Amino acid sequence: MSENQNQVMKQEHAGFPWKQVIGLVLSLALTFLALWIAVGLSLPVHVTLTIIVGLAIFQAFIQLFMFMHVTEGTEPVHQVIGILFGIYVAFAVVAGTIWILAYTI
Amino acid sequence: MIESIKSFLGYFFVTGDPMIYGADASIALASIGIVVVLTYFKKWKWLWEEWLTTVDHKRIGIMYIIAALLMLFRGGVDALMMRTQLTLPNLHFLNSEHYNQVFTTHGTIMIIFVAMPFIFGLMNIAVPLQIGARDVAFPFLNALSFWLFFAGAMLFNLSFVIGGSPDAGWSGYAPFAGAELNPGVGQNYYVLGVQISGIGSLATGINFLVTIIKMRAPGMTLFKMPMFTWSILITSVIVVFAFPAFTVALALMTIDRLFGAHFFTIAAGGSPMLWANLFWFWGHPEVYIVLLPVFGIFSEVIATFAHKTLFGYAVMVWSMVAISVLSFITWLHHFFTMGNTAPVNAFFSVSTMLIAIPTGVKIFNWLFTLNKGRIEFTTPMLWALAFIPNFTIGGITGVMLAMAPADYQYHNSYFLVAHFHSTLIAGTVFGIFCGLHYWWPKMFGYLLDERKGKWSFWIFMISFNICFMPMYFLGLMGMTRRMYTYPAGLGWTPINIVITIGAFGMGLGFIIMAWNIIWSAIHGKRDTTGDPWGGRTLEWTTSSPAPEYNFAHIPEISTRDPLAAMKEGKTGDLRKSSKPYEPIHMPNNSGIPVIMSGFMFIAGFGFVFEWYWMGIPGLIGVVACMIARSFVYNDHHYIPVDEIEKTEAATGRLS
Amino acid sequence: MMDSLLSQKNKSTLPLEYSTEEGDLRIVGFWIFLAAELVLFGTLFGTYLVLQSHTAGGPNAHDLFEIGPVMAETIVLLVSSFTCGLSTMELRRHNNKGLIGWLIITILLGLVFVGLEANEFYTYAAHEGATLSTSAFLSGFFILLGTHGCHVSLGIVWIIGILLQLRKRGITPVTARKAFMVGLYWHFLDVVWIFIFTAVYLTGWVI
Repeated sequence: MSENQNQVMKQEHAGFPWKQVIGLVLSLALTFLALWIAVGLSLPVHVTLTIIVGLAIFQAFIQLFMFMHVTEGTEPVHQVIGILFGIYVAFAVVAGTIWILAYTI
Repeated sequence: MIESIKSFLGYFFVTGDPMIYGADASIALASIGIVVVLTYFKKWKWLWEEWLTTVDHKRIGIMYIIAALLMLFRGGVDALMMRTQLTLPNLHFLNSEHYNQVFTTHGTIMIIFVAMPFIFGLMNIAVPLQIGARDVAFPFLNALSFWLFFAGAMLFNLSFVIGGSPDAGWSGYAPFAGAELNPGVGQNYYVLGVQISGIGSLATGINFLVTIIKMRAPGMTLFKMPMFTWSILITSVIVVFAFPAFTVALALMTIDRLFGAHFFTIAAGGSPMLWANLFWFWGHPEVYIVLLPVFGIFSEVIATFAHKTLFGYAVMVWSMVAISVLSFITWLHHFFTMGNTAPVNAFFSVSTMLIAIPTGVKIFNWLFTLNKGRIEFTTPMLWALAFIPNFTIGGITGVMLAMAPADYQYHNSYFLVAHFHSTLIAGTVFGIFCGLHYWWPKMFGYLLDERKGKWSFWIFMISFNICFMPMYFLGLMGMTRRMYTYPAGLGWTPINIVITIGAFGMGLGFIIMAWNIIWSAIHGKRDTTGDPWGGRTLEWTTSSPAPEYNFAHIPEISTRDPLAAMKEGKTGDLRKSSKPYEPIHMPNNSGIPVIMSGFMFIAGFGFVFEWYWMGIPGLIGVVACMIARSFVYNDHHYIPVDEIEKTEAATGRLS
Repeated sequence: MMDSLLSQKNKSTLPLEYSTEEGDLRIVGFWIFLAAELVLFGTLFGTYLVLQSHTAGGPNAHDLFEIGPVMAETIVLLVSSFTCGLSTMELRRHNNKGLIGWLIITILLGLVFVGLEANEFYTYAAHEGATLSTSAFLSGFFILLGTHGCHVSLGIVWIIGILLQLRKRGITPVTARKAFMVGLYWHFLDVVWIFIFTAVYLTGWVI
């Protein structure tokens, strides 16, 4: 973490919580957008699924960066690698399970 | 009234088998004996203050190893019972039901309650010392991990005498392990005992991951770490990311069995294949969890006794990193024959062969380390040298099994049984015995006797080959795993007799090792230098056994193998420092881990019998312990300078 | 005990919760725990998605899920993540009162969420006969959502414990670390909910 960033952070502490408000507004907007795409539009199923999963991933990153300060700490690289590995394994278990058992669905 | 008590006791205790009554009696006698001895010698307070409440990684490591050795004995007895039954056709030493229980407990105990705790024990002892730390990152959590493992192991073992053992194999496949086909408490013991110890394993993974990335001595960059520490770092990563999947799988099976859900049932749309899928999503990485640490041990031991630096350090590290990534995408090769589509089988066949490459690379690293080395044939070195060819056979047959079409021939035959014993015994068991002999002086301050050690090595290693080599052929001749007896006239009998002889030979090797431990405790050579082997890494710079605080001064590192560099005159003396001693910050002992695990045991036992009046209060007790811990603020103390001086003077290290 | 290691990184520029070695270790450890939780929930998601179509003649997603209650739960949880973010901001300002206030609002929203979810489960069970043992689909549904709900409930208990410590001790390196960590946990549960919303409800309406 560079010192510049820390100074930025300190300035933020003084004023209005822009980061948090932007995070909230974006999450709500994305949620309603996803709802509208899923329920309001009638796109082909796989197109809809792709879009809403993409939106969910985007929203997860908003939480990670706006609220959870994932790049903060003495050596943030450790938690970043940890989360990335977790995403990799979670993806492996979800995608692998669906692919392997697709013939039972 | 009396009738209902009788029927309850008949259901509660396992009855009708003289062997079990013998076990009942011996458990009761041993328990009474322990209580009497502790009371007579007034050792209760000592036991509580020095061991049960300790948060010292060295003592926790010793407790892990003692528990693992006891479990190894039990798992070994299971194995010998199976071999006795299979020696000749049509024997009835065990009936089919009892045989099922014995192979189930043998497998589960050997993997979950022997291999893992033994490795956790060795890493508890060696890792903080190797990186120059005074303890692990979370000493309290470390104690909790041990006690959760212990509670899980005790719960699982209780099934032998109370309620009945699980009998669906160590992989507990659905639908047979489900409530409909397997009523009774046996499988409940399996899911809950393994679950409780698994929570402890996950915590250990997080603990050592943070310890290694955050607490290394100044100057010890990642690429200056000893190879054993590297292997534990990678293993911890795999533990952290594989165990949650198992936690879920076991929880879902528990919910199926206890609350009538339909995850793995045949009825109401459940998917028995889903269990196999989730089990092996953990189960395959688990193979690397028990193998990578012993690769680390062998790397240390081979470098030490070849008196050379490890060949290809960076390659070794990157191959382990590759294994950690690949280990999560090979799991399906455990169930190629379950009816998957061709692309699925093809993908996992290829990924399995891929993961053999980094493993093969390591074999060459060890061989080139030996090349032109001054090899010293100590007991640990013998285990390491025997590992290389024996494990390679297991690895090669693994690649044979990895070919999906061929696997349809080998699957669940004795060929498979021989394969995984070749990897798990020649790999993990040789490795933990190697590490046990190597670090024993660091744990207890004396060496295990070399002569007896070599006897136990040769008998065990030769018997291992007598036992498992013929199994490959037996498998190709058509004998399948888990069959409890077989007819005469198939040509299997002579081979089975040989295998049984080998199995008992391994038992003999283990007994000699146990005898060696007892004998050496009295007559063993004392280690006064702290460096009995001519070691290369930091754990040999401190005294044996290491003082509570490990290092009076945290050593400063500038090279790989710092002790070897010091001996070659490249760096200054690591053991002495001109700086004055400072008070050392240490964590306080705590009774919460053992009490909390006691509640966990009560909860587990309650849920096994579906006695919610017992299970739920047990869980409430667990949560209460967590809350109580959260409010403890006075959790550390300082060791004063004069006490450090006294300790250091006693070992002759006062600078 | 290893302060010398960390001093090189100029700790003074970092927030209070990182100021002790212990705090630093625990925060990293907690991140690793959250990464492990990703796999735990991943496994539950994989299970649910495989079993989604296995309704065994019982009610399916279309029969059960209603937009109103689902959106209410979602909005409550998203707002609670926001208030929890504000509590971390007050922590950074060393404003104990603000921190306590936002944490109380967060657990109130958390309680509303748990109540809404309990009501949803009750509605399914009482009016549609949809229980854990009706079908594999419902087993997967109740356990995936139930695990998340249990996490939220545990989070509420945890925040209450921290509130008591904050009231008694004020903002210290230890309480700051605890308040920061529970915040991470809470945001993480929001991330999980985003995926539940997408993979369970939206997908249920689409397919």
